[in-house]
Amino acid sequence: MIEFEQVSYGYSGGPLLADVSLRLARGSFHFLTGPSGAGKTTLLKLCYGELIAQQGRVAIFDRDARTLSRDDVAMMRRRIGVVHQDQQFLDHLSLAENVALPLTVSGRSTTEADLGDLIRWVGLESQRESRPPELSGGERQRAALARAIIMSPDVILADEPTGNVDWEMSLRLLKLMVELNKMGKAIMVATHDLNLIRAAKSQVQARVLRISNHRVQLAGADL
Amino acid sequence: MSPLLAFLAGDAQADRVVPPTGFTARLTLFASAAMAFLTVFALALSLATGRLAENWGSALAQSSTIRISAPEGQMEAQVLAVMDVLETTPGIADARVLTDDEQRALLEPWFGPDLPLDTLPVPRLIEVKETPDGYDAEGLRARLAGEAPGAVLDDHTRWREPLVRAAERLRLLGLVSILLIAATTAVMITLAAAAALAANAQVIRVLRLVGARDAYIARAFVRRYTLRAHSGASVGTALGMMAVWLLPEADPGGSFLTGLGFQGTAWLWPLLIPQLAALVAFAATHHAALTTLKERS
Repeated sequence: MIEFEQVSYGYSGGPLLADVSLRLARGSFHFLTGPSGAGKTTLLKLCYGELIAQQGRVAIFDRDARTLSRDDVAMMRRRIGVVHQDQQFLDHLSLAENVALPLTVSGRSTTEADLGDLIRWVGLESQRESRPPELSGGERQRAALARAIIMSPDVILADEPTGNVDWEMSLRLLKLMVELNKMGKAIMVATHDLNLIRAAKSQVQARVLRISNHRVQLAGADL
Repeated sequence: MSPLLAFLAGDAQADRVVPPTGFTARLTLFASAAMAFLTVFALALSLATGRLAENWGSALAQSSTIRISAPEGQMEAQVLAVMDVLETTPGIADARVLTDDEQRALLEPWFGPDLPLDTLPVPRLIEVKETPDGYDAEGLRARLAGEAPGAVLDDHTRWREPLVRAAERLRLLGLVSILLIAATTAVMITLAAAAALAANAQVIRVLRLVGARDAYIARAFVRRYTLRAHSGASVGTALGMMAVWLLPEADPGGSFLTGLGFQGTAWLWPLLIPQLAALVAFAATHHAALTTLKERS
């Protein structure tokens, strides 16, 4: 669904990613790890068209990202759920409205029951009408996950989804993503939390990619 | 549903994605109201001067004066000769010699009420009314020169034209003022919309992250600013119309400043102002939104 062919990207300070090739297939589960600043977020942004490769080719749903118009990118993002590192929400809307936002902008509707089920699934039914600033870090992470999957996307990209939550909540989020993966979603989780990766070992068959020296390498055997 | 009706009807969910408050909302309302208020006056000025130009033009264009200055013994003969010429001139509807009393009344402001017309060499005046098609002034002058050398035709062109020209220029200035007000409104709403877009950068980022197209994001802003401009302009127009209505009535003498109000169906013209303000706001915000979104892509 998403394929990198010898992709390079860098900022003014020099190359961050070089000669990266990888493929996210349907139903796959990848962890992306590496030290802070290694390029995990940049790689995810290349996956959902926020950034365009400076060299090489990124194909998103079989289309070269460079050839996508802004409308194409918008349409494509409806098939990719993103859990952002800093959980961006619209603070003037309730949690339920934020979760339903992808449906709102695409002109689709959902039943209150379905929306309620999803919010209950991430354990936020009592915060349904709360505004995002009133939520804790873990609640925001779960709300972001709910928003990322409400369109039933083909791919879910999560950038440090457990960065602001305690271990118990991290495991809960991991479990949610494993369940989504079992539904056939391709998942890539960028994290520097190796304990989380180890905890996933018993639940899912995942590949661990490590960014080192600007390159993406397979870190050991599949979990 | 047509795109226009869909736009006006809106989408309650989509409308909520942009935060409803902020100084740009008040700025747009105030600017639209103030500009609409000014537009009402510019429109009133334009319509009044147009009316004035038309009145002066038509009233003066259909009357002329022939002044006869001749030695005492020749006066009556020349008056008769002029009347004969006028009777056979195409385009003359009526002609009559002013009576002594009428002439005295005309001169009274300068010479007082007891003017002895018999003893003064006062020219005789003939009032000429022309048909709607008018007459050939140059041809009449030539004939008068031949038949009554003391007769001078004054068709009022000399002083009518500058007056009509001035009134038409004022009407043009009124229209230019309306255009300038519309342009200023567009600029102010563009600035307000651009400020709102900048202030809502985070909102735009989130909307894009969840797959909103530029048209959707732009529409959320455009609709809001269009409706605000319409509301503000409606209030400004209502106040402007009330102020014009409270102006003193036009007096029979046709004094310029007292005739500034709207007359008859002209009262309907200001009702277009809120619609035009909304149109200007729509175009300005649409352009600002798409430009900003393109720059941020």
